[in-house]
Parts: sequence; structure tokens; C-alpha cells
Amino acid sequence: MMFLRYAAYRLLTMCLTLVVVSMLVFAIINLPPGDYLSNQIAELRATGQAEGVAKAEFLRVEFGLDRPLWYQYLMWVGLAPGEYGFSGLLQGDLGWSFFNDEPVIDIVGGKLWLTVLVNLAAVLFIYFMAIPLGVLAAARSKTWVDYTTAFIGYLGLATPNFLLALILYYYGRKYIGLPIGGLMDPQFEGEPLSWAKIQSVLMHMIVPTFVIGTAGVAAMMQRLRANMLDELGKPYVETATAKGMAPARMLSKYPLRVAFNPFVADIGNLLPAMVSGSVIISVVMSLPTIGPDLLVALKTQDQFLAGFVLMFVALLTLIGTMISDLLLVLLDPRIRYGAREG
Amino acid sequence: MSNLPDGRFIDDAPYDPNIDLSAPERADMDASNFVLIWRKFKRHRLGLISGIFLFIAYALIPFAGFIAPYTPNERNADHLYHPPQAINLWHEGTFIGPFVYPTVGTANLEKFKWEYETDFTRPMPLQFFCKRTQYNLFGVIPTERHLFCAPEGATVFIFGSDRLGRDVFSRISYGAQLSLTVGLIGITVSFIIGISFGAMAGYFGGWVDWVVNRAIEILRSLPELPLWLALSAAVPSNWGPVAVFFIISIILGLLDWPGLARAVRSKFLSLREEEYVRAAEMMGAKPGRVIRRHLLPNFMSHLIASATLSIPAMILGETALSFLGLGLRAPAVSWGVMLNDAQNLASIEIYPWTAIPMLPIVVVVLAFNFLGDGLRDSLDPYND
Repeated sequence: MMFLRYAAYRLLTMCLTLVVVSMLVFAIINLPPGDYLSNQIAELRATGQAEGVAKAEFLRVEFGLDRPLWYQYLMWVGLAPGEYGFSGLLQGDLGWSFFNDEPVIDIVGGKLWLTVLVNLAAVLFIYFMAIPLGVLAAARSKTWVDYTTAFIGYLGLATPNFLLALILYYYGRKYIGLPIGGLMDPQFEGEPLSWAKIQSVLMHMIVPTFVIGTAGVAAMMQRLRANMLDELGKPYVETATAKGMAPARMLSKYPLRVAFNPFVADIGNLLPAMVSGSVIISVVMSLPTIGPDLLVALKTQDQFLAGFVLMFVALLTLIGTMISDLLLVLLDPRIRYGAREG
Repeated sequence: MSNLPDGRFIDDAPYDPNIDLSAPERADMDASNFVLIWRKFKRHRLGLISGIFLFIAYALIPFAGFIAPYTPNERNADHLYHPPQAINLWHEGTFIGPFVYPTVGTANLEKFKWEYETDFTRPMPLQFFCKRTQYNLFGVIPTERHLFCAPEGATVFIFGSDRLGRDVFSRISYGAQLSLTVGLIGITVSFIIGISFGAMAGYFGGWVDWVVNRAIEILRSLPELPLWLALSAAVPSNWGPVAVFFIISIILGLLDWPGLARAVRSKFLSLREEEYVRAAEMMGAKPGRVIRRHLLPNFMSHLIASATLSIPAMILGETALSFLGLGLRAPAVSWGVMLNDAQNLASIEIYPWTAIPMLPIVVVVLAFNFLGDGLRDSLDPYND
């Protein structure tokens, strides 16, 4: 019961955060002087034709550009009626992309799932890589195993990941025959789901997952190693060893469990970093996620598209953070529910 | 030292009645905190080496123009995409000092690629402290002296040349000016905001704390890069390179402060209950004075260590932004701008040296990480 109450409280704070985030996002996308529509309207006006001027006026009224900014914001969210009644994010109307001359939903629709998929794969990759490596580095600390993992970890942190992407693509293609770019072979696009298609997607995911995950693996590995080292010095570990427990079983049964808590809490920090990483990686690797759309939208001041993508990315991180908070409470009963005063 | 008949030992040295009994036996046991930190830091080899390396790198920044044989935007139309040239010392077994072999380029029209043929018969010694293209030393003094430059009729491209025939090595040394300082400006901004908000939240508590905490939570839950992208996209395109550089570093700093503010806040929460704070308040010190004189010095060193660890993120951030074309723009030269040229697979395949600016980035980021680790480990000299 306590847990449910905490979950409800967490959900509420998330919604409030989302409201503030939406204001921030709207403010940011309106920061640059001028916008796509104004430029277009100016162009139409410049032609001087009655038809052009009429169209410009129509666009102005439809998107409420003649209204104050705060009203535009409410219209965008869907809390205030525009020219044709309420239609904003809350009503499921994501707006219109001026640059592509299409509704935003048509542009990003299919890509949202792929974005989630790519990030999910990266999270799984991070966990599957970082946990064994971190434990190994701690159990064999100050040996070549420790130094090698530390070295690789540091390199992972220090290499700009977009370059890593290019280099891995190049060498992956040259020596292993990995595919380059995209998330599936072109012949599968728009095809119904089949085993061959899944295989193709999996092959294409290898390099992106690796690149997006590397920095996260490095950071998590270091943290897990430090936590494990703290635990390994404690008497209960000695007792377990003295009883004659097999090292692997002992490690996973006692110290790893204790060392694991900060690990779960860390996903709150990890997720934002990874989502941002995946945006830039998608641009470089031309993955059909919403990353490239964001870049184009920002460059062309396509405000509704940019706004929606930013909101979606923020929502993704907020949900991830919330899940990690809830997991943490489930895993560690010592953490108090509710407000964290102190 | 003499031995008394009953077996006791006694010191013969004259007794000084004015001796200070509270003085420690060994002066080095009473060293200041700074000396203790330094002593411990010296044992952290990797951190020490990284620190020295970074110090040299930053000290050389004003001399970038002097070290570089060319100026950053100087084009060499006959040597586009020139591969890196070796600097040799021996020619056919005889020593003639540092020299290069001249090269002649031809366009391979089948592969659409420049090919260079090296003339191994004519060694051409490098010139030192020679006069070439004019640049501004320290950014102000116009001069023509370069540390070394190519002899007439030859080129010296240590790291090759790029798409427009500009020397990659020279551009890297000029690029260091922006790429290395971007982190410093960013961290200053983040420091000022982080410390003031964190200090206010921790010291005053109550609703100030609540507001700051919510702001921190919101900013921390947002993915950094898309926000950086959005903010940089908002920079008007008609601004000059210097203005863009400053605004980009400020943007990088604006989103970095929450972590710092959090650390400051939690530290303040515990420190403000200490007696010396109460004493200062009793004596009528204003909050500003208590924060600045009594509380902050307590963990300034910790803050510096954590700042060192967050500079690399900013350097990488600038690189990523410039790489995507939303950060610094040509004619400004930074490592990220240079990597913008290496954006496609073709350059990595055919002209791998255009990706060389990656090396200084990796090295500098690693050095900051090691230095930060070393500082963090040695900050608590009493704790082993």
C-alpha cells in the first residue's frame, strides 16, 4: 500500500515536471528570432499576389501567430481554443511540420518505436556488459584484468561517440561484414514482420547499440567496481570465503546485491545522457529514429516538429527516471517512501 | 647522552626553559592542508603526469601561431588532401638534421583522388625561426616568425592537409585555443550558478530550497544534447565567430550546474549546524559573509575536483555541436569544426588523417579525467 502511494506521488511529480518541461521547450523553440512560418508568410507577401497574401493570412490565423506567445503556448498544449477549437498535444494533435508540409504525426509516427527500441537495446547492452566487467574488475583488482577494463572504460568515456560510430562502421564493414547505416536492409522497409526482417534489424543494431552504450558501460563499470571494492573488504565476505563458498557464487550472492543499489539509482542519470547520445548517433548513422528529424527541424526552425521531438525525448527520460526510482524502492527497503526531508 | 651509574640515560644538551611545548616534534607533521594534498597528489602518478600535460597545453595556447608553420585558413591549392609527411633526419646514411622530401601532386581522374609522388633524391632542410605568413602573437602582436616552416618549394604537413589544402597540424594548434578554453568558460558559468544556488538552498532552506531542488530535478531529467542543440540553433547566424564561441560556452555551462548545486547544497545542510557557523552568526555576520568566508572554503577543493571532472563533458559537447554544424562555425577553428570535414565514411576510408583532430580530444579528455581522479583521491589527506 505504501508502495502504491509512493508510486502515485512519483507519477504526480512527473506530470508536474512534464508541464514545466513543456513550457521550457516552447520557450526554447521560440527563442530564435523569426520562425519558419513568418519567413514563408513574408515570402508569400513579397510575391504581391492576392492569392499569396490570402494564404499568408490564413496561415497566420490558423496557427495563432497573431496572438500573444502565452496564448500560442496554451494552443500548442491544447488548453486554449485555436481558430478551429481545441487541438493540441493533449488532444493528440501534434501540430504541422511546415518544412515537410505534413502533419508531425505522419513524420515521426513509426520512428517513435524505433527510438524506444534503440535506447532499450542500449540500456540492456550497458547492463549486460557493465555488471560482469565491473564485478570482475573488483574481484581481480590491481591485476591486468582490472587495468585492461579500466583502460577500455576510459577510452570509451573519452572518444567522441560520433567518431566511434564512423570508425566502427568502417572497420565492422571491412573485417566482419557488418551493414552500414539504417536499421534494416532496404528491401525490408514497409514489409510485414518476418524472421528475416528481424535478423536484418538485429544485424543493423549491433554498431549503434555498441556506440550509444560505450560511455554508459564505462561509467557504470567504474561505479560498480568502486562499490564492490567497498563491500569486498567487509567481514561478511571473509566469513563466506572462510566457509568455503565458491568465489563466483559468493560474489553474486552477497556483495553484488549490496553494490547493486546505487546502480539502479544511477539509471536516472544514465538515461538522459544516453537519449542525447542516441540523438547525435542517429544523425551520424542515419538511423530512422527521431534524432535526424530534430536536427533538421532545429536548423529550419520548424517549431512544432522540434517542439514535439524535444517533448518526446524528455518524456522518455522522465519515464525512465521514474521507473528507476520505483525499482530502487522495491529493491532497498531502507529507502523511505514519500518526501525526502532531511 | 651520558649513562648514569644507576643505568639511566640523560641528555647532555642544555635545557632551554623557553621552549614551546606545543610545537610538533617534526615540522613536516604540521604542514598546511595544501602541502598535505600536494604530497598525496604527487604519489598519484597518472594524475600528476596529466596535470603537467594540461598545464603545458594551456600554457602553449597563446603561442599557437608561433608553433604552427601555417596560419589556420591558409590554403595550399597544389596540395589538397596531402597525406601526412614524415620529418626525417638521415638522408642515405648521412645526418643532415630535420628535413622533408618535396612532393608533387597529380589528380587521378579515374579514382577522383589526389595522388602525391615524393622526390626522395632532394632532401630539403626545415627552416627554424623563419618568416612566413603574418599572424598575431598572443592575439595582439603582429609578427611573421614561426617556430619552423617548410623550405621554399616544399611543404611540411605533419598531419597532412585537408579538403582545401590547409595544414591539419596548424589547424589543430589553432583549434586548441577555442576547444580548450570552451570548457574553462563553461565551467566558470556553471560554477557561479551552481555555487550560488546550491549555497542559497542549503543555507536558507525552506521554500528557497524547494524551488532550487525542483529546478535541479527538472534540468537533470532533461537530455543534455537535444537542449544544447535547441539553444545553439537559437544563436543568430549573423553573429561573429567570437560571439558565437562565448555564447556556446555559456550554453554548455548553463546546463551543467545542477550536479554542482546538488553537491554544494547537501554539504551546506550538514555544515550549517556546526558551532563555528553559529558563532559567526552570533557575532552578527551576514549570510553572504558566512557563506563566503566560513562555509565555502571548507570544500572548495572538492568543488575544484568535481569541476575538473566535468570539463571533459563540455569539451566533448562543443565537439559534438560543432560536428553537427550547430556549434562554432568556420572561419573559427576548433577541433569539432575540423571533424566536421571527416563526417563521412569516404574521408575515413580515403583520407584518414582528416580524423586526426580526434587524437587531441581523446588525450585532453583522458588527462582531465585522470587529473580529476587524482585530485579527488588526494583531497582528504588525513584519510588513507
